[in-house]
Amino acid sequence: MLEYLVKRLLGIIPVIFAISVVVFAFVHLLPGDPARLVAGMDASLEDVAAVRKSLGLEGPLWQQYLHFACNALTGDFGISLKTRRPVITEIGERLMPTVWLTVFAMIWATIFGLLIGVLSAVKRGRWQDYGGMIVAVSGISFPSFWLGLLLIDLFSVRLGWLPTGGYGTWAHFVMPSFTLGLGVAAVMARFTRSAFVEIAREDYVRTARAKGVPEKFVIWKHTLRNALVPVITMTGLQFGFLLGGSIVVETVFSWPGLGRLLVDSVSYRDYPVIQAEILLFSIEFILINLMVDVLYAFANPEIRYK
Amino acid sequence: MSTATSAPAIVVASDMRTPLGEFWRRFRRQKVALVAGAFLLALLLVAIFAPWIAPYDPATPDYMAILQGPTAAHWAGTDAYGRDVFSRILFGARISLAVGFLSVSLGGLVGVSLGVISGYYGGLIDSLIMRVCDVLLAFPGILLAIGVIAILGPGIDNVIYAVAVFSVPIFARLARGSTLSLKRAVYVDAARAIGVKDRVIMMRHLLPGALPNVIVYFSMRIGTSILTAASLSFIGLGAQPPSPEWGAMLADGRSYIGVADNVTLFPGIAIFVTVLAFNLLGDGLRDALDPKLRMA
Repeated sequence: MLEYLVKRLLGIIPVIFAISVVVFAFVHLLPGDPARLVAGMDASLEDVAAVRKSLGLEGPLWQQYLHFACNALTGDFGISLKTRRPVITEIGERLMPTVWLTVFAMIWATIFGLLIGVLSAVKRGRWQDYGGMIVAVSGISFPSFWLGLLLIDLFSVRLGWLPTGGYGTWAHFVMPSFTLGLGVAAVMARFTRSAFVEIAREDYVRTARAKGVPEKFVIWKHTLRNALVPVITMTGLQFGFLLGGSIVVETVFSWPGLGRLLVDSVSYRDYPVIQAEILLFSIEFILINLMVDVLYAFANPEIRYK
Repeated sequence: MSTATSAPAIVVASDMRTPLGEFWRRFRRQKVALVAGAFLLALLLVAIFAPWIAPYDPATPDYMAILQGPTAAHWAGTDAYGRDVFSRILFGARISLAVGFLSVSLGGLVGVSLGVISGYYGGLIDSLIMRVCDVLLAFPGILLAIGVIAILGPGIDNVIYAVAVFSVPIFARLARGSTLSLKRAVYVDAARAIGVKDRVIMMRHLLPGALPNVIVYFSMRIGTSILTAASLSFIGLGAQPPSPEWGAMLADGRSYIGVADNVTLFPGIAIFVTVLAFNLLGDGLRDALDPKLRMA
């Protein structure tokens, strides 16, 4: 197990290096001179030169990359072009709202997704199954931004129960986390159902039934427990996708998180912030994937020795 | 049902019917997918003939009739500029379907080519391509798309490239899988023995084997791509305002929530129903193609 862990940890180093190169190259991929773009069309040559210096765009490419990587390692991503504050401060302030939003969305989505999936699998071919799967396929197809607007319309504008957006009390969390979690709940429901149905065909489940184990035990102990292994993997992967989904949901609910910061900085062409965010998001996804793989290897020895 | 899991594969192998006929016979039984397919066909016709069907011009404002609810004259009401929402949705279907088809075609083309090359040559090329795919797959599509938009700039044309990028790794994996299994087939060995060029082997002998799965994923990815493109337009990075793109219409209408809900309601329904139809069609195609994967 330790050997596997070390191997995987070493394996992510080249990936992170590759991503850092891509993120670094990002500024050079922009059409035109990034410094000119940032400084504005009618900026003087001295201003453009100053901006170029502040973006770390002087000297040969390898030197620029080294400069960028060393700074990134110490958490220095430069200054936001929009607010003129350090990028790391901007990101630091927005980190926790996004983390909490994702965590709450994940919790409810997992609980409901599992319940619907198990119910559908147990009542296979009956109305509970059809109902559950209709909800699931709809949930996958539902545009989260429209769901958000519908909820705001009903609960904020008409009923006045919940705030339309912003961040603060628990009431602010209700609609955004519901909106964000719906797609995940739907994926979880479908996935749990098929995993459950597959395990229910196994011989040991039939044996348990044949020797007279009560149906409740057959479902919860023999089937669900084993069906959970692939479901756990799925949950980990969904976590990464929730972070992506938060980009849209945060925009709908004016949530002061990383997702909205990214959208704002793309619109504003705030390149230092974009670079830092893409790097941060990427490393986050890689770590989440790594965690999922390790958990999976822990549950399934076959993978470890491959 | 439990006996049906392994049986069909044997039936197909020994059956004299053509694979296509067999596929169609199974697909016909998927009623939901058939309805979804029919709906999408109708939507395609609507998109093509939008200029003739739409009762109003999608861009002409009418300041005498702003933010009206649904009436006999305006079936889906009017927006803040008095433009007919129904007509705009019809024109929006052109954009959404075009973005969906083009982006997935582009992503599929690149992905399948990479996958076949990767599977056929193996070795360093294979590990290099697959590593890149792994990294791309680890990202949520919308983040990749925003990264591409950040470079190319906002706009619906760039959304096509942005959304295409995240279809590439999936198609690459699919094509690689089927290539790996077909590569060992006797007819491929025979082709190589008589000196057929690598390029021809890949095009004529390996690519067709990947196609069935590619078609299924094609329809599933279009739904996801349309949804992602609409999301990008909604957050302001895709189609820009006067465009009747569905996501952009929702973004336009969000200021009038509680005042004129029709402005957001109808484009929302349009996105939902279209994406749902593509997903249901994809599910049906998948079940018809490979009964082992069936969820029921």
